[in-house]
Amino acid sequence: MQIFKLKSLSWCVLASLFFSTLAISAEVKEFTLDNGLKIVVQEDHRSPVVVSQVWYRAGSLDEVNGKTGVAHVLEHMMFKGTKAVPAGQFSRLIAAAGGKENAFTAQDNTTYYQQLEKSNLPLSMKLEADRMANLNITDEEFAKEIKVVMEERRWRTEDKPQSKVNEQFNSTIYHVHPYGRPVVGWMNDLENMTAADAREWYNTWYAPNNATLVVVGDVNSQDVLKLAKQYFGPLKSHVIPARKPQVEPEQKGERRVVVKAQAKLPYVLMGFHVPALQDTDKDVDPYALEILAAVLNGNDSARLNQNLVRQSQLAIDVDAGYDMVQRGRQSIFVLDGTPSEGKSVSELEVAILNEIEKIKTGGVTEDELQRVKAQVIATDVYQRDSMFYQAMQIGNLETAGFSWRILKDYPAKLQAVTAEQVQSVAKKYFNKDNLTVATLDPQPIDPNDNTPKGRPHVH
Amino acid sequence: MFTKSLFRGFLSLFFLFSAQAQAGLKIQQWQTSNGSAVYFVENHDLPIIDISTSFYAGSARDDVNKPGVAAITRHLMTLGAAGLSEERISQQFADIGAQLGGGIDDDKSSLNLRTLSSALERDKALSLYMKILQKPDFPENVLAREKSRVIAGLKEAATQPETIGDKAFSKALFGSHPYGLDTEPEDVEKIDRYDVEKFYRLHYGAQGAVIALIGDMSLAEAEQIANQISMDLPKANQPEPLPKVAYPNAPLEERIAHPATQAHILIGYTGMKRGDADYYSLYVGNYILGGGGFVSRLTEEVREKRGLVYSVYSYFMPMAELGPFQIGLQTKRDQADAALTLVRETLDKFIKDGVTEAELKAAKQNIMGGFPMRIDSNGKILDYLSMIGFYHLPLTYLDDFNQNISKVTTAQIKDAFSRRINPNNMVTVVVGGDKESQ
Repeated sequence: MQIFKLKSLSWCVLASLFFSTLAISAEVKEFTLDNGLKIVVQEDHRSPVVVSQVWYRAGSLDEVNGKTGVAHVLEHMMFKGTKAVPAGQFSRLIAAAGGKENAFTAQDNTTYYQQLEKSNLPLSMKLEADRMANLNITDEEFAKEIKVVMEERRWRTEDKPQSKVNEQFNSTIYHVHPYGRPVVGWMNDLENMTAADAREWYNTWYAPNNATLVVVGDVNSQDVLKLAKQYFGPLKSHVIPARKPQVEPEQKGERRVVVKAQAKLPYVLMGFHVPALQDTDKDVDPYALEILAAVLNGNDSARLNQNLVRQSQLAIDVDAGYDMVQRGRQSIFVLDGTPSEGKSVSELEVAILNEIEKIKTGGVTEDELQRVKAQVIATDVYQRDSMFYQAMQIGNLETAGFSWRILKDYPAKLQAVTAEQVQSVAKKYFNKDNLTVATLDPQPIDPNDNTPKGRPHVH
Repeated sequence: MFTKSLFRGFLSLFFLFSAQAQAGLKIQQWQTSNGSAVYFVENHDLPIIDISTSFYAGSARDDVNKPGVAAITRHLMTLGAAGLSEERISQQFADIGAQLGGGIDDDKSSLNLRTLSSALERDKALSLYMKILQKPDFPENVLAREKSRVIAGLKEAATQPETIGDKAFSKALFGSHPYGLDTEPEDVEKIDRYDVEKFYRLHYGAQGAVIALIGDMSLAEAEQIANQISMDLPKANQPEPLPKVAYPNAPLEERIAHPATQAHILIGYTGMKRGDADYYSLYVGNYILGGGGFVSRLTEEVREKRGLVYSVYSYFMPMAELGPFQIGLQTKRDQADAALTLVRETLDKFIKDGVTEAELKAAKQNIMGGFPMRIDSNGKILDYLSMIGFYHLPLTYLDDFNQNISKVTTAQIKDAFSRRINPNNMVTVVVGGDKESQ
C-alpha cells in the first residue's frame, strides 16, 4: 500500500518549485470563468493520459477550535453522494472509465484528483462540477464516515510515536496560528463532530470562486476551457468569508515538549520560526533558506548525514526541511533525528545545533552551493517525467495565492543566492529564543500488559 | 511539512501486480556476450536516461545461518567502490544531479540510475555506476556503522504493531522457506565483511543479470552501456531456482498482545507466481475482492457499510515462487473480532459463490481502461522492463495484457480461487485487540 510519503512529498513540492522551470512556462495556459473558477492547463503530449485536479482554498488553516479536522472529514464526505450521483457512485464511475482517483487534505488546501485516459476528461469534469455544488451530506452517511476518519486518526497518529511527537511539536511551536492544529483533527473534536459541521464547512468554502482546476496531459487547452465552461460554467459563485491574517506572535524563549509513547528509539524534532514566501519579487530570505536546507540535507554527503550519521555516528537518521510556499504566510525550518543506540536525544540535539552554529560562524562553501544548484537543474528535468507532480506544483502555488508563473523565475532566484545570504539567514533566525524542541521518550512495552496507554479514551 | 496531507484512502494496490503496457511500446531485447539479458526502450522526449540492473540476489538467497547478508550487501554497494569513499560517491552523483535508486526484496536486488543524457553528465554518472556495480569495496568501518543502524531499526520495528504483524505473518505463512527467513538483531551482529564480499561474488554475476534501459539514447549506445555493465561483473554461476513453497495444511491463528489503540489484522494464504497459469483470473478476481480501491467488496463491507476501518485491502504478490495472498486491515481494538468475522465471511462467500457478471465487467473496464496510466512515464516503463526480464515473462506480455484480461470469465475466477485459496486453512495474525476478545 502506497500512501504518499509525506515528508518526501513536501520536499518534492519544494524541490519542484526549486527545480521546475524551463519546460513549464511556454505551455501553460490560464483562464478564469465568470463565476471565478480558475483553470490552469499544461499540455504534455508524451502519453494519451490526463490528470485533473480540483484544488479548494480550504484546509485546516481555516478551521476553528472545537471543529478541528472538519476540512478532512468533508473531503471524505465528498464521495458520499449528490442527488444525481448517489453515495459510492463517484468512485464506481471513475473506476469504470479506467481511472484512478483520490483526494487529500492539507493545512492550506483540499484537493481531489483523477488520472484517466485522455478521452475521459469530460466525465471527471462532470462529476467534480456536480459535487462542487450539489453534495448531499446525510446523517446516516456521516455517522459511518466519521468512524472511518477516527480509525484513520488512530492509524496515522495515535499508534505512531513519531506522529505524536510531530503533533505535539506543531501545537508547541504555534501557540496562536492554526498551523498548530493537526490536519486530521483532535480526537475529541472528531468524536463530537456532526453532519451539520460538515455541511457548514461545505457551504462556506466549496464554490467555484474558491477553487482552481488544474489539468495536465495530452489535451488541448482550448478544449479544456470549453469543457470547463460547459460543466463548471453554470455553477454560482458565492461570498467567501474574509480571512484574517492570524500572525503568530514572535517567540520569546525556548519551548520544549516531551512525548511518552511505546517505542524503542528516542527521537528529537526541532524547529525555528522563519519567514514564508510573501513577496515573490522582493523576497530573498526564503530562497536562501531553501538553499540552506539543501546544504544541510540535499544529498547523502550533505552536512547532517555526512557529519552526524556517517562520521560522528551520533545519529541513525537526521533530516532538515523548509517549505516556503504557505498560504498562511508562516513557516518553520525543521530539523529532526534519531540518536544512535547509547546516544541520547540531548547529545543529538546539541550536535544538530552545532551544525547550525558552524554555518552561522563559518558559512557554506562554494562547492556546497554549486552542488545544490546542479541538483536544481537536473531535478527540474526529472520532474517532467511525472504529470502528477507538474499538476501538484501548479495547484499548490495557485492555492497559496501565488501564480504558477513564478516557477519561471525560480531557478534564477535560487542560482542568485550567495554563500553570504545563506550564512545571514542562519544568523538571523536560528537563535535559541526562537527554538522549539520536541522529544520522544520511548516507553517499554510490557508483554503481559495489553491495555492501551496514554489518556483514557472515551468511546 | 510533516503530515501535511491526509489521503482519503490508501492509494491503489495495483502496482503490486502491475504488468502492462500498451501496444506500440517497442521493446528491444538481447543478451550481452556475458549472459546478461537486456531490455531497452528508446525514447527521446526528455533528456533523461534511466537504467536498472537487477540480480537474483534478494533476501531469499540468504544463508539460513546468516540471514541479513543479502540486504546488507545491497545496501553497502553504494557506500564505497573502486577506492572512492561513500562521501566522494554521493558528492560526485550530486555534482551532476544524478540519482541512484533500486533496492531489495525477497527475489531481487536492483541498482537504478537516473541521469541527464547530456554527454558530460551521462558519462560521469555511468562511470560511477559501473564502479558501484563492479567494484564495491564494502569498507569495514562502513559495515560496522550500517550494521548498528540496521540493528536499531530492527529493534524499533519489534515494538510497532504493523511491523510485528508483517513479520509474524511471513513466518507463519512461509515457515522454513527462504521467503519466511527472518533477520534478528543478533543475526546482523554476526555478519562480517567476508560474508558480504562472498555474497556479492556469488550473486552479482553477469549471467542472469537483467539490464533495463529507457530514454534518450540510441540502440548502439544502449548496447555499449549494457556491455560495459555486464563485462566486469563477477564470474558467478547461473542462479539456482528457489525451493517450492508449500501450501498451509491446517489453519493457523496467532494473537500477539500489544497496547496499541488499533488491532492490526492480517489474513492470508499461499498465492501465486509471476507467469502463473491462473495469473489473470486471480488478478481480476482480487480486484473485485479487495484490490479495487474504493470499489472492492472488502472496502464496501468493512469500511463503506460499517465504518470499521480506514483501510482494508487484499493482494496477491506474485514472485519467483508462490508469493503471499494477503488481506489486511486495522481497526479499533475492541472491534477486532467483529471485523475479523466480517472479513472471513466476505472471503468465504467470495470463494464459494464467485463474482457476478456485473462485477467482472466493471473490473475489466477499470483494468483495461486504466492501462495507459501504467506506462505514462519513463520511470514506470523501466519497472516493467525489469519485471519482464527478471521473471522471464514473454516480450509480448505488455501487448497481450489487455487481451488476457478481457478473456477472463466469472467461471474461471471461481474455479481459480476455489483451487488456490482454501478458506479453512488460512493464516491469521492479530496484533493487539482487547483481552476480552481473545
